[in-house]
Amino acid sequence: MTDILASLLIMAGLFFFMAGSIGLLRFPDLYSRLHALTKADNLGLGLLIIGLALHLRDPLIALKLLLIWLAVLAAGATSAHLIARHARRREKHV
Amino acid sequence: MHTSHAQHHDDETISLPHYFFIYAVLFLFWLLLVGNLRLQEMAAGALVALAVTLAAGPHLSIFSGLRLEAAAPFHLLRYFGYFWAALIRANLDVARRVLSPSLPIRPALVEVRTELKSNLGRLMLANSITLTPGTLSVDLRGDHILVHWIDCPPGTDLEAATREIAAGFEQHLRGFLK
Repeated sequence: MTDILASLLIMAGLFFFMAGSIGLLRFPDLYSRLHALTKADNLGLGLLIIGLALHLRDPLIALKLLLIWLAVLAAGATSAHLIARHARRREKHV
Repeated sequence: MHTSHAQHHDDETISLPHYFFIYAVLFLFWLLLVGNLRLQEMAAGALVALAVTLAAGPHLSIFSGLRLEAAAPFHLLRYFGYFWAALIRANLDVARRVLSPSLPIRPALVEVRTELKSNLGRLMLANSITLTPGTLSVDLRGDHILVHWIDCPPGTDLEAATREIAAGFEQHLRGFLK
C-alpha cells in the first residue's frame, strides 16, 4: 500500500519536472524561463523525496533527504538570482 | 552592490552566542550524518564542530542577522508553514501557465522595499520571493529588491501589489531575523 502511494508521489514529482522542462522550451525570455526552472523543479524534487522516504521507511534517511531538498532549494533560488542579476546588468550596459 | 552593503557592515559583527549557535547546529549536523549516538562519534563530532566553527567563524558574519530569542523557533516554524503553502501554489501556477496553449504571461519588473535590516534577512526574503508564485528576485540593492513578475495585469496598483509580494514573508521572517 505504501509502495503504491510512494510510486504515485514519485510520478507526480516527475510531472512537475516535465512541466519545468516544457516551460524552459516554451517561455519566450530568460526571466520567464527561470520562473519555470526555479518553481516546478522544486515541488517535483519535494514529491520525489517524500515518495522515496515512504519507500525506504527509515527516519534517518528521510531527514537526510529533507536536508538535500532544502540545499537544492537554496542553491536553485541563489543561482536563479545570480543569472537574472547578470542578465539585468548586461541589459543596462548595452 | 558592494557600496550599498558597506553601510550595514558596522552591525554585522558576530557575537559569542551566535558562535555557540553555529557550533550546536554543526554538531547536530554531524550526528545526523553518522546516524548513531555512540560516545566516540559524539566526541569526534564535538571536536570537528569546534574546528569548523573556529576556522569558518570570521567568514560567517552573515549569521549575525539571526535573532537568538526564545520565540524565534516558533516563528521559524510558522515561516516554513507559510513558505510551503506558497511553494505548492507557485508550482501549480507555473505548471498551469506552461501547459496552457495560450501561454498566459504578462511579464513586468517591479521594485519591492524591505524593512529587514540584516543581509541574512534580505537574502532569505529575496530567495523566498523567487520560490513563490509568479515572482523572481532579479537584483538586491540596499533595501530594494527588483522583482520580475510573470503576470502583471495592466492597470494594477503597483504600490499595493508589491507590498503584498513581500508582506507575508516579511511578517514571519521578522520573528527570527533582523
